[in-house]
This record gives sequence, structure tokens and C-alpha cells, in this order.
Amino acid sequence: MTTSTVVRATPRVSRRAGRVRRSGPATPYLFLAPYGVLFVGFILLPAIYGLWISLHDYDYLLPHQPWVGLRNYTDLFKSGSRDGADFWRSIRATVIFTVFSVPLLVTIPLGIAMLLNRKFPGRTFFRAVFFTPYVLGVAVVGVLFRFLLDPTIGLLNFYLGKLGLPDQTPWTTQVPWAWVGLVGMTVWWTLGFNAIIYLAGLQEISPELYEAAEVDGATAWQKFRNVTLPGLRPVLLFVMTLTILASANMFGQSWLVTKGAPDNATRTAIFYISQVGLQQYRQGVAAAMSYVVAIILICVSLLMFRLFRQRDV
Amino acid sequence: MNQFSVPLSRRGFLGAAGAVGGAMALAACGGQSKPPTAAGPTGSAAGSAYNGPKVTLAFWNGFTGADGDYAKKMVNQFNSETPNIHVNMNVFQWADLFQKMPAAVTSGNGPDIGAMHIDDIPTQAAQRVIVPIDSVANNLKLKESDFAPAVWQGGMYKNARYGIPLDVHCLGLFYNKDLFDKAGLDAEKPPTTKDEYMAALDKLKSKNIQGSWVSPFQFTGGLMFQSLLWQFGGDLYSSDVTKATWDSDAGVSALTWMVDLVKQGYSPKNVGQDADYIALKNAKNAMNWQGIWQVNEVTKLTTTHIGIAALPKIGTKGGVWGNSHQFVLPRSQGNDNSKVEAAAYFVSWFIKHGADWAKSGKVPADNNLAKSQAFTSITGLKPFADEVPDVHFPPSVAGINDATAKMYDAVNAAVLGKADPASALHTAAKQASQVLSDNSKKYG
Repeated sequence: MTTSTVVRATPRVSRRAGRVRRSGPATPYLFLAPYGVLFVGFILLPAIYGLWISLHDYDYLLPHQPWVGLRNYTDLFKSGSRDGADFWRSIRATVIFTVFSVPLLVTIPLGIAMLLNRKFPGRTFFRAVFFTPYVLGVAVVGVLFRFLLDPTIGLLNFYLGKLGLPDQTPWTTQVPWAWVGLVGMTVWWTLGFNAIIYLAGLQEISPELYEAAEVDGATAWQKFRNVTLPGLRPVLLFVMTLTILASANMFGQSWLVTKGAPDNATRTAIFYISQVGLQQYRQGVAAAMSYVVAIILICVSLLMFRLFRQRDV
Repeated sequence: MNQFSVPLSRRGFLGAAGAVGGAMALAACGGQSKPPTAAGPTGSAAGSAYNGPKVTLAFWNGFTGADGDYAKKMVNQFNSETPNIHVNMNVFQWADLFQKMPAAVTSGNGPDIGAMHIDDIPTQAAQRVIVPIDSVANNLKLKESDFAPAVWQGGMYKNARYGIPLDVHCLGLFYNKDLFDKAGLDAEKPPTTKDEYMAALDKLKSKNIQGSWVSPFQFTGGLMFQSLLWQFGGDLYSSDVTKATWDSDAGVSALTWMVDLVKQGYSPKNVGQDADYIALKNAKNAMNWQGIWQVNEVTKLTTTHIGIAALPKIGTKGGVWGNSHQFVLPRSQGNDNSKVEAAAYFVSWFIKHGADWAKSGKVPADNNLAKSQAFTSITGLKPFADEVPDVHFPPSVAGINDATAKMYDAVNAAVLGKADPASALHTAAKQASQVLSDNSKKYG
């Protein structure tokens, strides 16, 4: 399905000889070069340098960085070490957040995108409405929700109380409610982004397919099941992967709204890594933890690709 | 920090995953190859005057409250009085300041002047972010006897002076006079002992007012715990700062007393960040152990009336959490000595205007100034001056805040009912002692 654009783009002139050469063997690489430079400079080299850092007792401000080999890694798996328990607890917090936020962030935006894909007056306005929160920075959203969700002086509990519902729910200071709060605010904040991606995907699906389905007497559900979903598969994979990675990198929300409360139960992996690396000036351990997180994320992403590929067969 | 800040192609995601690690690497990039230039102001003037060419100085601090406005006012006054020096002030959250300043200093883009707490100075001195400024102290004729020992010692690291003491800031009892009236309490006589405190809480409770909200966070639950710890006769660390001792009987009594306020309904459960203080201003919370830096805000309130008093004595003796802001000079990469001299002059000027700075909601670091009429007559600040003999400061040891953070974790766990006070404090103290031993190896 995605190949249609490629076919259209193939130039007819390229076979004619004797004209100005439009492409040489280096052309694709030259086009890739700007991205390549950025990739190597800002991702590949720092990643390798990070690996080097993770093998040291590293504080970039001190004159000596003692070599410790793999100790920063092995300590993470040793019980009773300084960071082991806290690190795996932060991974657990990240997993909880990801498991609850990803399904919502994959499905709700799809529903919204389908609504926004219909023709109705004010459509552009509503598209903007759903996308607007995403424009806000995490600092703005964080402070906003800290006061909306506050257990004792928050707006949410105030109005719940007015409705005669429980008005003491600790949305920011106890689990599981803190997770409800964090996931809820993240969904509100970022669903617009996923919805836009879906919307672009929906517009790529040829209307003829829907017409054909209608001629065959397909119901709305059958059209969704057999036309929309297959048509969106590459977009779905993209959205899923992106959302999982973004959720696994969650930091600002719990940093601002819960401060990790209660008892660091909502302290996520990136939250903990930043504390170790930037507040305690232990960049070696922080780099090692980053690599463990990166390996976990790579595995999860590979799994995602495998799952989606198998369905293709 | 933004959720989707990494633009991702399907093929590039592996690389982006690697960037999680790369981010740390980037943060660590910097000129570590440059030799340390641990040079402070050396000229004979060193702060007493400035006769050099026109310079512009950057001054970084964490005065995010009402005190920032005061700092700005004083900087403006300095700029108009001193045509050859122009100071630009930048305010950061304290936590951000200690991420930004070291990186900026290492890359040669650091500020020329900074302000820090005494528990940050040794860490930053050990990491060569700031330079010794003994000559500035000498020129200001600072005398040890004029300062609290912890304030004086707090500016020192390895026998060199890095910090020029600016102020002392501590905790006080902020109480809502309207709620006191409502409960039939004397709004001019806030409780000073444990019995009076509990009696006041009971009277408030009879009017359905939860009288003393306990915050599970550093601000201000963690500061309240430290005050109580000292009141019950305990201390945070052993005298040589090799062991955390907040899990002593004194610590357990202190935290248990706080948790009991919640259990007995004098405080709501699950108080959020700053909710204790906001509720005080909203006339929902009657008493709040709050920082002096809020004085200017509460005295300006028109919707309710807030009284300010010294902390009540809950334990067997006086004990008040406190800290001190000190001026520091960040290490500069260049050889622009006139900038260093100008910075020294600015610091001296600011110290000499300490009485003005006190108006931002601070106790002057200099004891003579703290006792002076000029200071005690400032609205709302007198109770804090009375407290000064009882103020305890964090120890000045490199990396100490890594250990103290564990204590804040314990307070959070206990106040939110996740662990009982004794076991929370014990676990945290054990971890902190390990941190202390790691740090003594690291910083030497």
C-alpha cells in the first residue's frame, strides 16, 4: 500500500543517455549526509562516549575519573548496593506508567482522529482544540496539574465534593491514584500528537476502498475492521513504538506533580538517572543505568516490529 | 523533557534509544582537559574598591521568591552607583543552578558571581566550580566572632574560604490569626510549648479546623523534622560526619510526633507539595512551620491575617532548621582579572548593604547586624532574630546533600503512611551512611 507513492515518483527521463547526469553513485549519500553528520555528532559519538563514561567512577568536574570496569553495571544487579534496589524500583515505576498510558494513547487518539476525519462544521477548530495541549511545555502542564490534582486544595477534589463524590482522593501523594493522575494528564497532554499522525494515515486510505466495502454491504464496524485498521497498520506501528519510547522516558510529570511520592513509588527511571547523574554528580553510574534502560527499550521495540511483521504473513 | 521531543523515523529509533545513554554523555561533555585555574582575586584591592575598565558581570542565584525582587532592586542600585560595573542577574531554581553552573563554568561560560547555601559550597569547591576568596574576606575584615560557628565554618573548605556569609534563613511558626480568633484562641499569643501547641490544636479541632498540616516533602515537612530532631536532642550526623544518626531515639520521637499529628486528625492525610502553606493563606490550616523567606508574602495578604512567631518548643530544648546564603566566585577560564576584581567589589558592596538584604526576609549573617535596631524593627522578622541561638545548620561536607536526601525520603514515607517512623529512619540512615563513606572516598 505504501509503495504507491514510490511508483508515482519514478522519473521517466532517467534512462535517456547523453544528458546531464542527474544522479551519481554518491548522490544518495550526499543527501543523507546532513542527517548523517547530526546522527554521528549528536547520537553515535555521545553514545560511544557514554559507554566509556559508564566504565568509570565518573564526575566530569573532578580531575580524576577512576576506571572501574563493569562495576557500575554489576552493582545494579547486586542486592545491597547503593543504587540496585532504587534503580529497579524506578524501572518498575516506568513499566507501570508505560503499561497504563500506552493503550490509552494508542486507542483514544485513533477514535478522535476518526471523528476529526469526518466532514462537519468547525472541524478545523476541533482539530486545533485537541492538538493545543501538546504545544504546552511539561513545566506548564506539570504546575497546572499539580494544583488541579492536589489532594487537599485541588480543583478536582473540590468539584468531586460538590457532586457528592469522595473529595479526599490523594491524586498526587498515594498510589494507585497518583498513577491515574499522571497517566490522565499525559493522555490529555499528548493525545493530540498521536491523533494528528493517525489523521494523516486516515487521509492516505483511498476512499474507493470504503465505497467498494459499502457496495458489498459492509457495516461500519466491518469497514473499520477490514479497511481502516489494515490501512493504518504502518502508522499504528509507528505510533505504538513512538508512544512506548516516550512513555518509557517519562520524567517531567512525576518530577513536578508527585516529586516521586509516595516513598519514591512514582520515581521513574529517567527521574532516578537524572538525580544520580546531575544532582549527585555520578555520571558513570547514571550512564550505566541509561544503557540498561536503552537495552530494555531496544528489546521492546524489536519485539514490536516482530509482532507487526508476523501479522503481515 | 517534552514527551515527544525526539523526532523519530522508523529506522532511526534504535539510534534514538541509544540517545538515552547519549544524553548522559552529552551532559558530561566539556573541557575536562583544561587545567584547573583555581585563582581567586589576588590584587591588593580585592573588593575594597574598583578602578578597572568598564565590565559586565553575570550574577546567578536561586532567589526565586520575593527575595529575588529585593536582590534585583539592590543590583539596580549597585549598577547606578557604580558606572564602571554592570551586573546582570539571573535567577534559577536552586536545583537547576547546581546542574547549570558547573557545566557553564567548565565550558567557560560561567557567571562571575554566585550565591549558594553552606551545604553546597564544599561540593562545588571540591569540584573546582568555585574559587577561594580569602582576600575578599580579609578586606571586608570579617571576624569569626561575628558569625554563628556553622555559618563561619560553612564558607570554608579545606582551610580556605570560598563563601562570604550573606544571611541566615530559618524556620518559624506562621499561624492564621483569623482561625485563632474563630477557635477562641489569643491571636497575639501563639503556642510556645508542646502543651500549649496541643491545647491550641484541640480547640481548633473542636471548630473542625485541622490546625497543623504536615507536609511529606522537604518543604516544609523535612525542615520541620530536622527542627524537631534537634529539639528532642538528636542530630543529623555524627560529629565527624561519617554516620547518619537521625534514626536515634530523638529522631524516632520527632517523626512519630509528626505522624501522630496526621493520625490524630490535626492534619489531613496526603498533603501535597506546598499545600500546607497555601492552606494557611486560604485560612484552612492554622499553623505552619514555614521559612522566613515567605514573610514578605504573608504580611502583604489582605484576605487573611498571618502571625509570625518563633518555633514552639516541642522537645526538651530549642531547635530550629536553618541555612545560610553565601556569596561565591565561580572559576573563570579567562585571564580577565578586572572582572574578578569587579566581582569582589560587588560582593563587598552587597555585604555592606546587609541591612537592606534582610528586608527580603532574611536574618543578617553578621550577629551585630542581626541584633541591631535596623533589623529587629522590620515587620515580621523579629521572631527569627530571637531564634538565632537555636538555629542548626547542615554540616559543610562535600556531597552531603546526597545523604540528607535519604532523610527526606524517610519523612515522605512515614508521613504518607508507607512505613513506620522507626524503620523508615533506620533504612534511610543506613543508606546515608553508605553514601557518606562513598563521598569521603570520592571527594577525599
